Amino acid sequence: MTTTKPLAIEARNLTKSYGDKVVLAGIDIAVPEGTVYSLLGPNGAGKTTTVQILSTLIQAGGGEAFVGGHHVTRDADEVRSAIGVTGQFAAVDTLLTGRENLQLMGRLHHLGKQETKRRTEELLERFDLVDAAKQTPATYSGGMKRRLDIAMCLMGNPRIIFLDEPTTGLDPRSRRTMWAIIRELVKGGTTIFLTTQYLEEADELADRIAVLDGGKLVAEGTPEQLKRMIPGGHISLRLHRADQVERAAQVLAASGSDIDQLTVQVPSDGSVDSLRKVLDTLDREGVEVEELTIHTPDLDDVFLSLTGQTTTAA
Amino acid sequence: MSTLGYALTDTSTMLRRQLKHMQRYPSLTVMLIGMPVVFLLLFVFVFGGTLGDGLGGMTGGRDAYLAYVTPGMLMITIAGVVQGTAIGVAMDMTQGIIDRFRTMSIARVSVLTGHVLGSMIQSFLGIAVVLGVAVALGFRPEADALDWLGLVGVIALISFGLIWLTVALGITAKSVESASNSPMFLMILPFLGSAFVPTDSMPTALQYFADYQPFTPFIEVTRSLLAGTAVEGKDLALTVAWSLALALLGYVVAKKNFNKR
Ligand SMILES: Nc1ncnc2c1ncn2[C@@H]1O[C@H](COP(=O)(O)OP(=O)(O)OP(=O)(O)O)[C@@H](O)[C@H]1O
Ligand SMILES: [Mg+2]
Repeated sequence: MTTTKPLAIEARNLTKSYGDKVVLAGIDIAVPEGTVYSLLGPNGAGKTTTVQILSTLIQAGGGEAFVGGHHVTRDADEVRSAIGVTGQFAAVDTLLTGRENLQLMGRLHHLGKQETKRRTEELLERFDLVDAAKQTPATYSGGMKRRLDIAMCLMGNPRIIFLDEPTTGLDPRSRRTMWAIIRELVKGGTTIFLTTQYLEEADELADRIAVLDGGKLVAEGTPEQLKRMIPGGHISLRLHRADQVERAAQVLAASGSDIDQLTVQVPSDGSVDSLRKVLDTLDREGVEVEELTIHTPDLDDVFLSLTGQTTTAA
Repeated sequence: MSTLGYALTDTSTMLRRQLKHMQRYPSLTVMLIGMPVVFLLLFVFVFGGTLGDGLGGMTGGRDAYLAYVTPGMLMITIAGVVQGTAIGVAMDMTQGIIDRFRTMSIARVSVLTGHVLGSMIQSFLGIAVVLGVAVALGFRPEADALDWLGLVGVIALISFGLIWLTVALGITAKSVESASNSPMFLMILPFLGSAFVPTDSMPTALQYFADYQPFTPFIEVTRSLLAGTAVEGKDLALTVAWSLALALLGYVVAKKNFNKR
């Protein structure tokens, strides 16, 4: 793999089985520093397992993984000092208050009294937890618990952050807040490894998306590349006259047309190139276009087709 | 800072966490310490008159039994506290934060040593309360300064051994319930030793068991120190050996299982 930036996370042929059950059947991951990588997959795909291996919680059955340049099992301690982890389920101390939870993290990161105090207040402020700081997480809403969880993970200023389904169970507003937080972190140069079941989320945040299904990566690429991977994208044109519809359908090898509606559908991957070609052709033929819409398959289509689920599952 | 330095810092951080937990839920500590107090009152006032006469001393009766049973009660106190240790550790392991600790660059064992030190404090707290109640009931220890010092050392050593053992029980327990049941045998052992009656009043086989199981030497050393009489070498040796062996066993098992989970 040739990338200009050094890799923050690299895994080769990672496998994991529980008894007879193969959970990961050999996956490769490469995440350049300062980018967002999203692992997308349905329930039971192996997302959490992957995060657990990369964050030194469990050992892989086979293959090798490096995080921050360190081997995840041989140099687990170096890996641990480079990462922050927010697991799928809240990893907070339910008997301590929000503030005490953050202070605990500060002490464990050996930040010193002043710095611990400063960062604690800063993070409480930033994550809108000032009012709840004196309460234990037992009284928190799901969104507040998530925010505290992420705040705790940031206490040590990690260079690489693992977020396992950080927005599952959050309302749309909290989800957007979380996205903003993630974007801000990326701006600061942090590498993010994110798992999600929401395609929209991966689309919004990720530089690269990998689709995990049944322990295998069934697709990998930028959101755009993934969207182009499946057929079904087309350009829909509305013209002025019926004769133009017939003409256009002919020269463009249309996949469908409707004389009454004055529309023509042309297969397309949605790229600028294909669009330009269509318009150039119509120009040459002297066909005027009244309206044009591009239908790219959205990631839901990609996801469902790649993971072999029926559309009704969406 | 050195690795050891960090291990100590992390341990003190985890101890603070443990103390906050106790502070926030004092009921467990109160129950752990209250139980041996109730036991003491029960044994002194209900059984004490008769059992005291059976001791065959010069005075007999309730007062003699109070003096006899107090050292045993102190060991029951420790046995009760360490039951709390197992429950506390097992409960802690169900907390999500433990997974966070595992992904952090900290001295892992500090999660366990935090529990150990927290229980140690509970143990001394319990001993102080039970001893205080015994004194209030008329118990008069004859220990001199050196004996008291020895007593603190012995209590610390015994607590250390039993606490590490129950940390291991707590960590290997499948559930919090089983963690609260498995250290039960520690409560039974003082009964099968010299806590309530001298072992020479027992059938031979039982007596043999009683003399070598950890609690009898624990109790005998404590009893001698409180009475200001000479500690028997064999009892002291057995106390040290049992305590260290239990601590080592507990430490190894606990550490292995903590890393494995
Ligand atoms: N400790 C375990 N023992 C046995 N099987 C396990 C264990 N952990 C995970 N699995 C199995 O591995 C598979 C993948 O689990 P994993 O938690 O990685 O999925 P996931 O993609 O995170 O799913 P979700 O979206 O539901 O969180 C599941 O079939 C699960 O049953
Ligand atoms: Mg998961």
